[in-house]
Amino acid sequence: MPDKTLVIACGALAREVLALIELNNWQHMELICLPADLHLRPDKIPDAVEAAVLDACDKYSRIFVAYADCGTGGLLAARCAALEVEMIKGPHCYSFFEGNEAFAARGEVTSFYLTDFLARQFEAFVIKPMGLDKHPELRDIYFGNYEKLVYLAQTEDEGLTRAAEAAAARLGLDFERRFTGYGDLVAALADVSSQVYK
Amino acid sequence: MSDEEDDLILDELDDGELVLQMHDDLYDGMADEIAEAVHILLKRKWTPYDVLTKALVEGMRIVGIDFRDGILFVPEVLLAAGAMKKGMHILKPLLIETGAPQLGKMVIGTVKGDIHDIGKNLVAMMMEGAGFEVVDLGINNPVEDYIEALKRENADILGMSALLTTTMPYMKTVIDTMVEQGIRDDYIVLVGGAPLNEEFGKAIGSDAYCRDAAVAVETAKEFMARKHNRAG
Ligand code: B12
Repeated sequence: MPDKTLVIACGALAREVLALIELNNWQHMELICLPADLHLRPDKIPDAVEAAVLDACDKYSRIFVAYADCGTGGLLAARCAALEVEMIKGPHCYSFFEGNEAFAARGEVTSFYLTDFLARQFEAFVIKPMGLDKHPELRDIYFGNYEKLVYLAQTEDEGLTRAAEAAAARLGLDFERRFTGYGDLVAALADVSSQVYK
Repeated sequence: MSDEEDDLILDELDDGELVLQMHDDLYDGMADEIAEAVHILLKRKWTPYDVLTKALVEGMRIVGIDFRDGILFVPEVLLAAGAMKKGMHILKPLLIETGAPQLGKMVIGTVKGDIHDIGKNLVAMMMEGAGFEVVDLGINNPVEDYIEALKRENADILGMSALLTTTMPYMKTVIDTMVEQGIRDDYIVLVGGAPLNEEFGKAIGSDAYCRDAAVAVETAKEFMARKHNRAG
């Protein structure tokens, strides 16, 4: 079996994983993605991940699942353990981008988060699935209890910052930008990468 | 929808057709049509309780099934719930007047750290529709708020909702505190929210995990019946 690592990632992490592969010159690491909209139906994630793992396991010496729990209530972790593959620690990407410890310590309750992915895909992954394109009157039913939109920025990108700011205005929320970089994703992937060559 | 259907005159439908039309209108989130149909049925001498259960609750039950099966998503459920709310708003004072059955009292809220409330609101509405009195504590509730409300309201049932894997363990904190205070067995504790499952519900010491609002209503009825049998 070739000494290669496969990363099976949520589509919302595609750019970020590719950026880290390039930055670190992890040539033995390949990426496939599952559709990002699975995060709206987390009950479907464990089966989708399992199918991808089973499909790839004889072609790679190591597989890493670039998902956090993502609302599966521990079921994805259980499935990964059964398949003997590792995954990212933490509840969701907002948490691991900031760093799971820092995110938990902040104890923020009334913030709605965007990542680079969501700032870029706000229309397709927030507005449309929540039906706000057709029913803008639902906005306050969804977001009435929120105070601010926090843009957790993975990169320095003026355009995305402006997009995130516009998203906040559209949702009627205050705006804050926090630069996080890739957070815990860096260490998680570096760990997988180094283990192959142990 | 075609023009023909747009022009549908609800008052010309017989009762059976009208109720089926209401199920459709609820499904499509058509609040004004629901309000109109509620008035028509009342004018035809339906009891408020029958309008509520046969037209509205039954319609929402169908919505719930299609949500569970992935045919409808959150916005459609919200619109349907909005339509039902409008119908219930008309019926509520009449239900009180006519002394519709009261099955028990529930205190419900989303746990501390979590402000997801769509599912919780739906459960509250369906419980009300089924004849429970519901005290809704809203979102982000610390244990003290739950316990204070249970005592103040002399409630039968505690309902807790959580949609985040980080907040679901807080349900155990609430139940453990109730145990410490020796009041756990005074209440029926029901828990729900998408990331939960039956095993979790058992592990934290709740009476039941409920997958959706319809199951919540059935479970609550069952436990209340058992409670009365024990008491009687
Ligand atoms: C809609 C939604 C939102 C809305 C919430 C609006 C609102 N006012 O509630 C918005 C867009 C604002 C939102 C925000 C966030 N969300 Co959100 N959200 C969802 C989504 C897509 C649907 C939840 C929902 O409302 N379903 C519809 C209702 C009808 O279903 P339900 O809640 O499951 O309730 C039913 C049953 O569970 C049961 N039930 C529910 N409660 C109770 C209680 C009792 C007592 C009983 C008996 C039964 C019961 O009966 C209900 C009716 O049938 C879920 C994914 C999913 N599919 O579950 C993510 C999800 C829960 N959210 C998630 C996240 C991460 C967030 C955010 C952090 C995202 C962000 N970008 O900032 C914030 C949360 C901030 C915070 N502090 O709470 C994650 C959780 C991940 C995790 N590890 O926990 C999920 C799983 C999506 C994901 N994979 O990323 N969210």
